[in-house]
Amino acid sequence: MTTWERFLDTFFNGKVMLKYLPDILSGMVVTIELALLIVFSGLAAGLALALIRSLAIRPLNWLIIFIVDLFRSLPPLVIIVLMYFGLPYAEVSPSGFVSTWLSLALVLMAFSEEIFWAGITSVHKGQWEASRSTGLSFGQTLMNVVLPQALRLTIPPLTNRTIAITKGTALGTVVAVTEILGEASSAVSNSYNPSPLMMGAAAYLVLFLPVVVLARRLEKRFAWKR
Amino acid sequence: MTPQPIVDARAIHKHFGALHVLKGVDLKVAERELVFVIGPSGSGKSTLLRCLNRLEEPSSGSIVVDGIDMLDPRTDINHARQRIGMVFQSFNLYPHMTALGNVTLALRKVAGKSRAEADALGHAALERVGLADRAEHTPGQLSGGQQQRVAIARSIALEPRVMLFDEPTSALDPELVGSVLAVMRSLRESGMTMIVVSHEMGFARNAADRVVFMDDGLIVEQGPPAAIFETPAHERTRAFIGQIQRH
Repeated sequence: MTTWERFLDTFFNGKVMLKYLPDILSGMVVTIELALLIVFSGLAAGLALALIRSLAIRPLNWLIIFIVDLFRSLPPLVIIVLMYFGLPYAEVSPSGFVSTWLSLALVLMAFSEEIFWAGITSVHKGQWEASRSTGLSFGQTLMNVVLPQALRLTIPPLTNRTIAITKGTALGTVVAVTEILGEASSAVSNSYNPSPLMMGAAAYLVLFLPVVVLARRLEKRFAWKR
Repeated sequence: MTPQPIVDARAIHKHFGALHVLKGVDLKVAERELVFVIGPSGSGKSTLLRCLNRLEEPSSGSIVVDGIDMLDPRTDINHARQRIGMVFQSFNLYPHMTALGNVTLALRKVAGKSRAEADALGHAALERVGLADRAEHTPGQLSGGQQQRVAIARSIALEPRVMLFDEPTSALDPELVGSVLAVMRSLRESGMTMIVVSHEMGFARNAADRVVFMDDGLIVEQGPPAAIFETPAHERTRAFIGQIQRH
């Protein structure tokens, strides 16, 4: 056996790969479910908080800023572990799946709130004034004039952050979520061969490369001439 | 002047923190009158204009526009603002909409017109400012002068009773100023009541009914353009007129 053949046999072992392919595929399904839940609930909650913040109600804004800063500073793994192992003491026992979903959704909510808020505040004051001077209300101006402009500005940072946090689904392994990395690492220990890890890496590429490409398209499409 | 002015602002004071920007300004404007407000920068003329439609909240005083008490908390300010058009120095067109979209937004959302009605009124307004063929252009595809004319169309489409112009030509290249002034002149000929803050003294001279000179938060003097420009009564007015005419 040459060195090259030994390398292939170790990292890309056909027999091992074939055996564990179904496990990796089912891991992909779990990752996709988790990712979609995190993206939709996290972004929706972040946008809702940013809209509430634009109402400029002082005590409410302090609360929002505190929550956002808290979840931006804590490592996602810590939040997942606290939720999974800590909440049962409060008579709530979320599954590993639910703990991972809620934890990462809260983190995405926190980061996206900041991004949405930055987008809203970066829209020129004159836009508010022009709209209000024609009789549109605060809410109508926010929804029709300010938000459409703010969202376009936020697409690049938002896609970056969303992808980064969604990849955090791999952290679910520590609370026994059978997503891609979880399936891959148990396959590695069962087969004494790292090939399933390579399949896991390929699975992440298959999932996230199209998202990155799609994000770039969105950015181009929503850019407009000033 | 008609006994019932369309704009009646009395004893307007405005403080920005410790800064006393308006120190008791009275301004009455008759229907179909064109009032030109001039004065050095920082004299409070833009702030006065912005108080009239309550983009700026006056600290005290009273403002009645077309019979509506603008400072009464019971007044529906969004409804009242439809009757008061405003044109800004920096145009403030919505960059994500076409010219027609800019003009029709308030028609649909505030005046409650259907899309078809709003589009028809929007096209008519763009026609009045000479931009019928630019309806589908976005602001980024228009020159500064064209953008400002779209902004004027956005206001007149709502058929306001008064139009406020806040330095409408100050951000324009000199060769584009004429087209905006031409639109303002045709508005005036159609009988629109207008209050204009601007440095276009030539326009003031031959289009204004009255020129108001403000300095340091107060109206120093006012009168027909000829009187203010040729024989100002106050030293401060004289100094200001002399300064701008040297350029």
